[in-house]
Amino acid sequence: MRRLGLLLVAAAALLAPLAGAGAAEKFITVQSTTSTQNSGLFDHILPVFTGKTGIEVRVVAVGTGQAIKNAANGDGDVLFVHAKPAEEKFVASGGGVERFDVMYNDFVFVGPKADPARIAGGKDAVKALQTLAASGAPFASRGDDSGTHKKEKALWKAAGIDQGKASGGWYRETGSGMGATLNAAVGMGAYTMSDRATWISFKNKGDYAVVVEGDPILFNQYGVILVNPKKHPHVKAAEGQAFIDWLLSAEGQQAIAAYKINGQQLFYPNAKK
Amino acid sequence: MQDFGAAFGEAFRLLVSLDPDLVEIVALSLRVSLGAVLAAAAIGLPIGAALAVARFPGRGVALVALNSLMGLPPVVVGLLVYLALSRAGPLGPLGLLYTPAAMMIAQMILVVPIIAAVSRQTIEDMKEEYEEQLRVLGVGPSGMVATLLWDARFSLLTALLAGFGRAIAEVGAVIIVGGNINHVTRVMTTAIALETSKGDLALALGLGLILLGLAITVNAAVMLLRRTAGHAAFA
Repeated sequence: MRRLGLLLVAAAALLAPLAGAGAAEKFITVQSTTSTQNSGLFDHILPVFTGKTGIEVRVVAVGTGQAIKNAANGDGDVLFVHAKPAEEKFVASGGGVERFDVMYNDFVFVGPKADPARIAGGKDAVKALQTLAASGAPFASRGDDSGTHKKEKALWKAAGIDQGKASGGWYRETGSGMGATLNAAVGMGAYTMSDRATWISFKNKGDYAVVVEGDPILFNQYGVILVNPKKHPHVKAAEGQAFIDWLLSAEGQQAIAAYKINGQQLFYPNAKK
Repeated sequence: MQDFGAAFGEAFRLLVSLDPDLVEIVALSLRVSLGAVLAAAAIGLPIGAALAVARFPGRGVALVALNSLMGLPPVVVGLLVYLALSRAGPLGPLGLLYTPAAMMIAQMILVVPIIAAVSRQTIEDMKEEYEEQLRVLGVGPSGMVATLLWDARFSLLTALLAGFGRAIAEVGAVIIVGGNINHVTRVMTTAIALETSKGDLALALGLGLILLGLAITVNAAVMLLRRTAGHAAFA
């Protein structure tokens, strides 16, 4: 019987810290995308913000589509994603207060160095997709309604190709995050489209390289939105707004610009102020 | 594949340096999964024992249902718990989403059927042995449940270990309800998923090795406890 008592004491000790965990110091929850997290940007900039304001930033990194849905449910104070039309719709529907441009980078097409579809070196993304579709070389799509997936679908549309018809054939929808899709693409010799930040920081590149880049259509804008406290009264509006203000301030913008991997800048700040 | 060699290197490096992030993640994994298993035991053991002792119409259906629930997909449980705990959900005002408590709830739901089903079988087997004796002594059904649970306590550890194995290894539920937030809800499995998506396969596999080591440690500790306790009981 004494053992049982010991067990209970151990259990209580185990669980006690959990009770206070939710009510810790000041923190906000940010719904964001895998690209900002996987690239290491948040690990670089958040300590600066927290050090200055004492506000801890808790990041939930999912695809843009899911991040917007979570924010619409009120499960977050700030939304930080990259799909401008969807973001504007979110604000128009009353889910968010106002959208601000924060930073940009660009999308790139990556593929095996052997380049079976012969699209390497191209600067025209739409033409590259047409060539790729005609060649029948495999293409790995996110297929998860993320910002990158939305962009990719728009490019197929511009190319006049109904890629969905080839789904399961040369068009392969992984339904997962950017990193997982890159892993899948490298594993099956498929081309894919990635944001540059995730690609640069990705460590399982194998014999893959960037094959198409530099087309203005591949521009990738990130925006930040405060979740509407009128709709969700529990939203920490003051702390969330402090984070947004800091991101848009000269200091926040410099912190973003200063983040580099192997000397390459991953995000370019472009807040309008 | 040089990844395998590199994985052992990574695991070794993390362990030797007692990487503070790793310690934090391991501690949270243990806290969440052990907490979930203890809570699940409090619910599952009585259910299992009651089902072993009771005879009622529809019992066969209940047993099939219980056994099937052992195969609950973690991602579905994660989704259900998310819908319940989301600010837009019925339990939203509690503000539990993206906390370790939410992860414990999800894992508990996954583990209860395992503990109930395995303990039901264990106790039913033991009941065959004890039933006549207990009946002669005039022990009622609730007394029988208590006696069987107590006398089967060491065998029931296996049910708890099966539940712990499920809890510590699953990723589908905790990544949805915990959000894999660094320093808040990141556990071993979600860290492995994250490192995999970063393409750092060696580090991911290294973390996997450490997780395996953790499971072995817990199982060995329970085995040891069982031995020493067994000796004490029969001394």
